[in-house]
Amino acid sequence: MIKLGVPSKGRLMKETFEWFAERGVQLSKSGSDREYVGRVEGVDGVELVLLSAGEIPRELAAGRIHLGVTGTDLVHEKLANWADAVAPVAQMGFGFADLIIAVPACWRDVTCLHDLDAVAARFRADHGFRLRIATKYHRLVRQFLTLQGVADYQLVDSQGATEGAVKNETAEAIADITSTGATIAANHLRILEDGLVLKSQATLWKSRNAGGDCGPLIRKIGAQ
Amino acid sequence: MSQLRAETARLLGVFEATGAVRVEADILQPADVLLDLYGEDIRARAYVTSDPLRGEQMLRPDFTVPVVQRHMAVSAEPARYTYAGPVFRYQDSATGRAAQSEQVGYEVFDRSAPEAIEAEVFGLFHRILAPLDLTASTGDVGLLRAAIDGLTTSDARKAALRRHIWRPLRFQSLLARFSQPVAPKVLGAGGQQIGLRSAQDVQERLAQLQEEAAAPPIPPAEIEALTDLLSIRGKLPEALELLQALTRRLPSIGPAVAHMAARIKALDAAGVDVAQIGFEAAYGLTAMEYYDGFVFGFYAAEPGWPAIASGGRYDALTRVLGQGRAVPAVGGIIRPEYSLRAEAGSAS
Repeated sequence: MIKLGVPSKGRLMKETFEWFAERGVQLSKSGSDREYVGRVEGVDGVELVLLSAGEIPRELAAGRIHLGVTGTDLVHEKLANWADAVAPVAQMGFGFADLIIAVPACWRDVTCLHDLDAVAARFRADHGFRLRIATKYHRLVRQFLTLQGVADYQLVDSQGATEGAVKNETAEAIADITSTGATIAANHLRILEDGLVLKSQATLWKSRNAGGDCGPLIRKIGAQ
Repeated sequence: MSQLRAETARLLGVFEATGAVRVEADILQPADVLLDLYGEDIRARAYVTSDPLRGEQMLRPDFTVPVVQRHMAVSAEPARYTYAGPVFRYQDSATGRAAQSEQVGYEVFDRSAPEAIEAEVFGLFHRILAPLDLTASTGDVGLLRAAIDGLTTSDARKAALRRHIWRPLRFQSLLARFSQPVAPKVLGAGGQQIGLRSAQDVQERLAQLQEEAAAPPIPPAEIEALTDLLSIRGKLPEALELLQALTRRLPSIGPAVAHMAARIKALDAAGVDVAQIGFEAAYGLTAMEYYDGFVFGFYAAEPGWPAIASGGRYDALTRVLGQGRAVPAVGGIIRPEYSLRAEAGSAS
């Protein structure tokens, strides 16, 4: 039996169900809407597993599910050697989100990473601590800033409402995902010109550690 | 395991025979000091853990920081220390390196002539490792610092370059930026005042940017000389000649080159065959962020092995940890797991 992991609620689940339906595979929640058990029609030998999108990378890497739908951002953030653990099967064309770095819009002098780095040095000298960037994407943001040679910052953890961190004075800048930029602007922030860390979209991944024959499902949806 | 214990004891014995005092350091170190010192990058290298009372702690990524702290708190110079034990390196990506490995180290805090102390430490490591058929590489971060100080440009630009000495890509991009006329900057649109950085802070930097816009580029001849400096490599006597010749184009490196000549003389006097020792001006500019002068490493020909020994001068670190007090400091570590393997390799 091939286990297919799909986000268990919200728009991501709905769009995933639609994407598979367009390719002749009907996914549905069985029983009540509150129950996390699913059904698969249109292909044999596939079991639907409903999971939090954030847990799907871990389950794929552990080989407990064979296929899974989740964002590029979550796979790259949560799996240190993601290319060894999973392989992308199809980019699904929804769930678009960019992981970006944004600063207060009132920082008229800061439009790029070079400015951010210069301001970080001055901020540390003035305040005695490193400029704080609120995020939940610690690995991705740290790797990006290291590669870009930005210094004198620190990451502070923010698991939600990250755009409010500057206003609340728990951070000076943020790194978060955005699709339209509306929440960023509404919170008086501005995206840095070269502050794009990662472009993400919903993606169907195959575990490299699960074995099993995913061939029938993959052929059915026409991904290969 | 017993072999490793014997090798560790042997190395400790050699260091103790110089009069070094054996010191210990806790495996669990407060994270704030290390984070403040190394910045966010340390999280990609050190295991961070926490408890509800003490907050964030780190598994010791090296001994240098606790040994320096101990010295700055209680001791006077001159002092020599030795230590041994495991260090822990977090694996953020597949490097193939062990998460836990042994180090045996030697640190010297001494206000005598710098070249004498550098030659003492390098000479000692060289003597210990001589039977292993290793390649020795050296460098001196002081040369690049001196070259930056001598550039025809503003103090702000020099400070920016100095700050990024250990991030070669950023350093090169700053150098490229400063070698051109300043492009006019399109400012951000502005918005409601939020956060700890005040409107006055923004105004001050806008004024700085305006000043900066009028700054002339660093002369091409100086950029070229700096680039030539960074590309110098060879055996010590040959590298010294190249550096002495370069002094005509970069007069500010004169004292640093004289210091290097004195060190080579001291190494020679200590019995090191200096014609066999490599030198790279760019050596030590990537992974060794707290070294700010002479740096060295000993390498086996095996691909994928870390340096079997490495070390250097780290005066600036003592200034940061000494809260105003600074001590000239030179030290290094040997990885006994690898010195053993190299020994096995050269015996067979």
